Amino acid sequence: MIIKQLSVFLENKSGRLNEVARLLGDANINMTAFSIADTSDFGILRVVVSNPEEALKILKENHFSVQLTDVVCLLCPNKPGALSKALEILDVENIPIEYMYAFSTGNSANIVIRPANVQKCIEVLQKHKLELVKSSDLYKI
Amino acid sequence: MYWNKKIECASRQALTEIQSERLVKTVKRVYENIPYYREKMDNTGITPAKIKSIDDISKLPFTTKTDLRDNYPFGAFAVPMNEIVRVHASSGTTGRPTVVGYSKNDIEMWSENVARCLCMAGVNPNDMVQVAYGYGLFTGGLGLHYGTEYLGATTIPISGGNTKKQIQLMRDFGSTVICCTPSYALYIAEVLTEMGIDPDSLKLRTGILGAEPWSENMRKEIEQKLKIKAIDIYGLSEIVGPGVSCECTQQAGMHVNEDHFYPEIIDPETLKPMPPGEVGELVFSTISKEGIPLLRYRTRDLTRLIYDKCECGRTLVRMEKCKGRSDDMLIIRGVNVFPSQIESVLLEMSETEPHYLLIVERDDNLDTLKIQVEVQEQFFSDEIKELQNLTKKIKANIESTLGISVTVQLVEPRTIERTAGKAKRVIDNREL
Repeated sequence: MIIKQLSVFLENKSGRLNEVARLLGDANINMTAFSIADTSDFGILRVVVSNPEEALKILKENHFSVQLTDVVCLLCPNKPGALSKALEILDVENIPIEYMYAFSTGNSANIVIRPANVQKCIEVLQKHKLELVKSSDLYKI
Repeated sequence: MYWNKKIECASRQALTEIQSERLVKTVKRVYENIPYYREKMDNTGITPAKIKSIDDISKLPFTTKTDLRDNYPFGAFAVPMNEIVRVHASSGTTGRPTVVGYSKNDIEMWSENVARCLCMAGVNPNDMVQVAYGYGLFTGGLGLHYGTEYLGATTIPISGGNTKKQIQLMRDFGSTVICCTPSYALYIAEVLTEMGIDPDSLKLRTGILGAEPWSENMRKEIEQKLKIKAIDIYGLSEIVGPGVSCECTQQAGMHVNEDHFYPEIIDPETLKPMPPGEVGELVFSTISKEGIPLLRYRTRDLTRLIYDKCECGRTLVRMEKCKGRSDDMLIIRGVNVFPSQIESVLLEMSETEPHYLLIVERDDNLDTLKIQVEVQEQFFSDEIKELQNLTKKIKANIESTLGISVTVQLVEPRTIERTAGKAKRVIDNREL
């Protein structure tokens, strides 16, 4: 249930994101979801890809500061109130979240979550019968 | 106006006699009292008996900042600690500062030299002098302070910064002289304009400016904007502090107080003396100092010496404005900064070799230092707050080492240019 997300350090200057996209594209690696957290000087690209290990290798070879980060992906219905329900569980069970981002496809929404404690988060979500996306499924999207 | 006409206008022969006598005594004293000098001289086969006049000075070994670091803190002192009445310190090439000590006589000697400088710059006992160099371990503040008092001028020990207060005192007290770094003088001029104060309404007429390199263009700007005569004063703490040399009102080179600080110009590569008038590295021997006498200390400043008699009547040799450095030291807001200091801070924070670049700019006449650090694996985190904490930590550690404020910017690996395997460490965009 653990998803390997790529985290890439990017300077705030033009062309850097494209450089990552191009390298991954050339290696035929698809990006399923991504988000960028930014400050005035730099940003961190967080991206779920079809082949994390290979992507890590390629970006390292090209001198990017990059690491794999464990995240979980929650699947919930693409309708009002669905996210709130999930968040309330995490809140009640006291699972702090570092960051999250989401994308929806048709009737379902995928929410990528980086909890402080990945294992505990998975246990809690499963206990409450929430659906988690398998890494093999997510990488294929 | 001369403070000490007998010396300042002495014949070359008379100066040489004084220098010879003082050098011989100094060599004997350091050989007897400082183990590292004795070892150095023994290693090169020089005995004090072989030094008979100032012409023999080139037989002596050089002293460098590294020697002072190796003898940190007090190993280079030539008198017992109970005869040292004050210490000052400046930045070393790495973590350890360079420490210097003064005996009672040294303070007196230093004060007289600064008084000479002020006098040749046209300052007199009727002046009201604002000392806006930093007070503390830095020699600038206290050095000028003792000199202005020795001269008999009224001294305002305001120290650096707090520009509005500086201006208020200029107006209320009627200060006639300001002592500060040239970039701070320009900054004061700017604040005056912002406050809508006409410099002609002030009594200010002279600036005693030093502790950092500055150009003739900058002099013109300062003189126009502050309506003062801008005088260049030179010194370094290892030799004594400010007052080693200073311009007279002719502004045609800085007269070296060579009866105390004997100057030579050497080729920084071969270490051989340069022919008179050629540009090379300035080397000083202190020939009267008791606390920490230094023989042939390499200043790393590049300049040349002019032996012609000056229009002002002084015969003391003049040195031109420094044209650069033979090492990588930067002077930022009057503070000496070595790239190696920053490297050692970064090394302490990570296990592998850090890649960094120093970018020096002059914004609104104030020097700024930005440090770019490559985010390599040991520094990288997936979380913004971790990276921001890292930036803050690097900033705080560097600031406490250098003593000046800096900005730190994290950059991607390999963005800092490598030349022949070695990174270029400094980009200095100041137009000095």
